[in-house]
Amino acid sequence: MKKKSRFARYSIQDKALLSCGYILLGLFVVAIVVPMIYIVVASFMDPVTLQNKGITFDFSKWTLTAYERVMSNAQIWVGFKNAVIYSVLFTVISVLVTLLAAYPMSQKNFRGRGFFNVLFMITMFFGGGMIPTYLLIYNLGLLDTMWAVILPGAFSVWNMIIARTYYQGIPGELREAAQVDGANELVYYFKILLPVCTPVIAVLALWQFVAMWNSYFDAMIYLNDASKQPLQLVLRSILIQNQPESGMISDMQSTAERAQLAELLKYATIIVSSLPLLVMYPFFQKYFDSGIMAGSVKG
Amino acid sequence: MKTSSKAVSAVKQKKKGTGFHNTVVYVKQHWQLYLIFLLPALLLTLIFKYGPMGGVLIAFQDYNPIRGIFGSEWVGLEHFQRFMSSPDFLQYLGNTLKLSIYGLLWGFPIPILLAFLLNRIQSAGIKRKIQLVLYMPNFISVIVLCGIVRIFLSVTGPINLLLDSNINFMTMPGAFRTIYIVSSIWQTAGWASIMYTASLSNASQELKEAAVIDGANIFQQIKAVEWPAIKDMVVIQFILQAGNIMSIGFEKAYALQTDLNMDTSEIIATYVYKRGLLDGDYSFSTAVGLFNTVINVILLIVVNKIVAKMNEGQGL
Repeated sequence: MKKKSRFARYSIQDKALLSCGYILLGLFVVAIVVPMIYIVVASFMDPVTLQNKGITFDFSKWTLTAYERVMSNAQIWVGFKNAVIYSVLFTVISVLVTLLAAYPMSQKNFRGRGFFNVLFMITMFFGGGMIPTYLLIYNLGLLDTMWAVILPGAFSVWNMIIARTYYQGIPGELREAAQVDGANELVYYFKILLPVCTPVIAVLALWQFVAMWNSYFDAMIYLNDASKQPLQLVLRSILIQNQPESGMISDMQSTAERAQLAELLKYATIIVSSLPLLVMYPFFQKYFDSGIMAGSVKG
Repeated sequence: MKTSSKAVSAVKQKKKGTGFHNTVVYVKQHWQLYLIFLLPALLLTLIFKYGPMGGVLIAFQDYNPIRGIFGSEWVGLEHFQRFMSSPDFLQYLGNTLKLSIYGLLWGFPIPILLAFLLNRIQSAGIKRKIQLVLYMPNFISVIVLCGIVRIFLSVTGPINLLLDSNINFMTMPGAFRTIYIVSSIWQTAGWASIMYTASLSNASQELKEAAVIDGANIFQQIKAVEWPAIKDMVVIQFILQAGNIMSIGFEKAYALQTDLNMDTSEIIATYVYKRGLLDGDYSFSTAVGLFNTVINVILLIVVNKIVAKMNEGQGL
């Protein structure tokens, strides 16, 4: 009842305005959902129907051909394995380094705070660029190693600011109490401070994981060895360059058949590669608001 | 330890000028803060951020990888002049600017609008479900997004099936920006609305109730209650995005490029990649990249100044 009365209190003009707004919102939701449903359904079609008629909801004609071919492809699995390794390592290193650095930077009386602040902030707006970074990685001997994609972006100034602001929102009494109990800086930090920072840690970890999982540029320029390429590079050859892994379609006789099959495989590839993140992120939703707001208020 | 720090503070009170001794004592007492907490980040920053900054010197050289940065010949501003006098210069600069400015103008207001609408949904459960859908595209990778775009817009794809036509959108230079911007909004608008929804939920509930009781209509409510709650966030986001106009991402533009849409899709970032890493013209492409960065920094400062003026002195 209460909900109804709330809407009823609006004037007619406001009701019209709100209705238009909700229709827009609804259209936006539809625009997101419909392509996704289309991709899911299309991935179960057989290649010929897909090309001539698009999708059908005649379940008797659905097949798992595309999935069988994608899942039995070795390069996809290599990509998956590499993506997991790089993303997990990157997330752990990046979140740890960022959370650590944010601690001294959150203390008003930390000596050198202003200097380090400027040192870090400059890198947000100015950088050497693509080629000097590439030459540095080359000179350090990191080319074709996973550290080339993990280390350069591991410390994020923006995330440090978010963590710092979050620390500053935690009451100072906690620290004073710990000092009275004789806890030193390290004990206080790991045993008392970090456990109350779960929302911001969860959000930063999710961000970094997603960022690494979904990126392809660094891997494209630093990793040439096929056995080291992450999933996104494998996807790139299938989805963007139209070069499916040869084993996937080579048994087809005619070029036309191969092209049709290649098109179908794209749909299944999209589903297989995107599913892990799409399944994972709702579990983090409860942290989104609190974690993201923490840093952005004071910027 | 305690007495020494007391003595130090006594000294500090006597003559404020000698901070050095204090600092030494402070650092000795708090060495963990420097060596455990700050050092890893500091090393990563110095090596991977400041290292390449030194490397921009090759923009003023004819860099030869064998002779290295110290043995290569200095040529001054030659590469900059070569780039700026080439006919491609204005085109790539224009492509970069148009892509990001149009993207900003279309893309910036939509998350704010979404947040206003989400904020007026009464049921928390429905709101959560809608948000879950709106955030979803953000977790799809650039490659998959561009893959979807290419499939949907291909000659045999669903859009052409629907229109019963054979238009190859991906090869049309005129369609590139629209494709890029619409797909960006599709992917990021929901996620970008988070910050505004969170700010809105912090808006004073009492103020909101009072406005409703006073019979304020929606526009008046937005003006009096909701806009003030998100104004700072809007300003910060605008400065950051407008200031980053020149650093528009490489990844997506490159993944949407085809041989035939280069007229609009070749931006400075993709050009730097091709000239530098594919053709091996290190010095020239570093110069182009540096040019891009410098413009970006200038833009950021200018935008910050303008916004600060409009916003009663409040910039970043």
